[in-house]
Amino acid sequence: MKHEVVEKNVGLMIVLMIVAISFGTLVELVPLILGKQVSQPIAGLKPLPALELEGRDIYVREGCNNCHSQMIRPLRAETERYGHYSVAGEFVYDHPFLWGSKRTGPDLARVGQRYSDDWHRAHMYNPRDVVPESNMPAYPWLFDNEINGERTGKKMAALRRVGVPYSDEDIAGAASAVEGKMEIDAVVAYLQQLGTLLQTRR
Amino acid sequence: MTSFWSWWVIVLTVITFVGITWILLGNRKRGEGETDKTTGHAHDGIEEYDNPLPAWWFYMFVITIVWAIGYLIIYPGMGNYPGLIGWTQIGQHEAEVEAAEARYSEMRSRYLATPVEEIAQDPAVRRMGMRLFGNNCAQCHGADGKGRYGFPNLTDDDWLYGGSPEALKATLVNGRRAAMPAWAGVLGDQGIAEATEYVLSLNGRSTDADMTAAGEGHYQMYCAACHGADAKGNYLFGAPNLTNGIWLYGGSREQIAHSLRAGRNGVMPAFGESLTEDKIHILAAYIYSLSN
Repeated sequence: MKHEVVEKNVGLMIVLMIVAISFGTLVELVPLILGKQVSQPIAGLKPLPALELEGRDIYVREGCNNCHSQMIRPLRAETERYGHYSVAGEFVYDHPFLWGSKRTGPDLARVGQRYSDDWHRAHMYNPRDVVPESNMPAYPWLFDNEINGERTGKKMAALRRVGVPYSDEDIAGAASAVEGKMEIDAVVAYLQQLGTLLQTRR
Repeated sequence: MTSFWSWWVIVLTVITFVGITWILLGNRKRGEGETDKTTGHAHDGIEEYDNPLPAWWFYMFVITIVWAIGYLIIYPGMGNYPGLIGWTQIGQHEAEVEAAEARYSEMRSRYLATPVEEIAQDPAVRRMGMRLFGNNCAQCHGADGKGRYGFPNLTDDDWLYGGSPEALKATLVNGRRAAMPAWAGVLGDQGIAEATEYVLSLNGRSTDADMTAAGEGHYQMYCAACHGADAKGNYLFGAPNLTNGIWLYGGSREQIAHSLRAGRNGVMPAFGESLTEDKIHILAAYIYSLSN
């Protein structure tokens, strides 16, 4: 085909450009989207219970993922500090992913059970109370805001539509599960389960 | 990856290589008479040359193609084909960890046979211990080990669960879970005030003898089981000594009353699942050295 033919037919050029640039997508993304290796949950993975799910939403609302990643790379420097590297099967119920890309604070992928609940509460109320050199903002309002459980069930139903296996009982019981809880309870519950399924001694 | 997706990747990758090579070679101009031709476009008297690609550019293209083919032979990339050298990301990580273990584990494990008391002042042990402490303990106990409100000071000689090497190791490996119940429901406001008065009297700070006497009754009935009849505490329950003026949750009248009303449930996480035995040993020695 002459170069001239392509250059003088915009429609043909668009088609050929799409063909040219789609190869990367077809090779790199399509097998992952349609294949099984990244959609298989690891052993023991369960959808987040109501309180933890609300905690996750507060985590997103407060922008925790802007400073904390949830992705431990398979590098010794990281696994030595944080624990087992992250694997795809841990994230299949995460919508959206909270991997993050910036570590102003430490990675949180395996922060679960690493500190006590009391520590998290003290730290969230004023990080300087427990870590004097910390530059993390304080989140005192989490202690004053009660969770509104009205939409917790709907959130679960929405997640079920994208493949998270919530049962009807989960959805029906969601509102009562978070009733009377404060936002701080939800955030701590969410943090305390992060990455607890994979443990290594190091 | 199933064999379908493996072949999908291989076939598309090969098509890409063939396509790129074909476009590159098929459009190549060379030889005499090819330079200084124009494309025939003319605009306001400006014409566009249609010269061949510079040779260095063309060969760079060829080199990238050859490089990519070599890369896909040596490293994994073509579907399920593992590559000549069998490299994987996880394999590289494991090799790194193994190399580090080979280098460092002997440095740590040679101390395992020596009791904690004897290595606590060894400078090498203290340096390693300080690093381990910084990564695992300092968040709660502080970089200097002096603790914070609600998190015990490790540098004094007052211990909740005991400061012997064995007790330190047990605390590190299994964690600790304090269980001071809330007494508001049992004692009521008046009872809490009286018990608070008695606790203050243990430190010579009471102001009201009648309330102290009433508080002692509550104390012997409810508190002595854990804190002991003499209020010197009990390592078994992590019940603090109430007579030495060291307060984990504050020693003011209001703070003591609050602890009584609401209870206290401090938690020390377990590290037995995440730290190896030799590291626990060194960490115990470092913590032991902080107070001895």
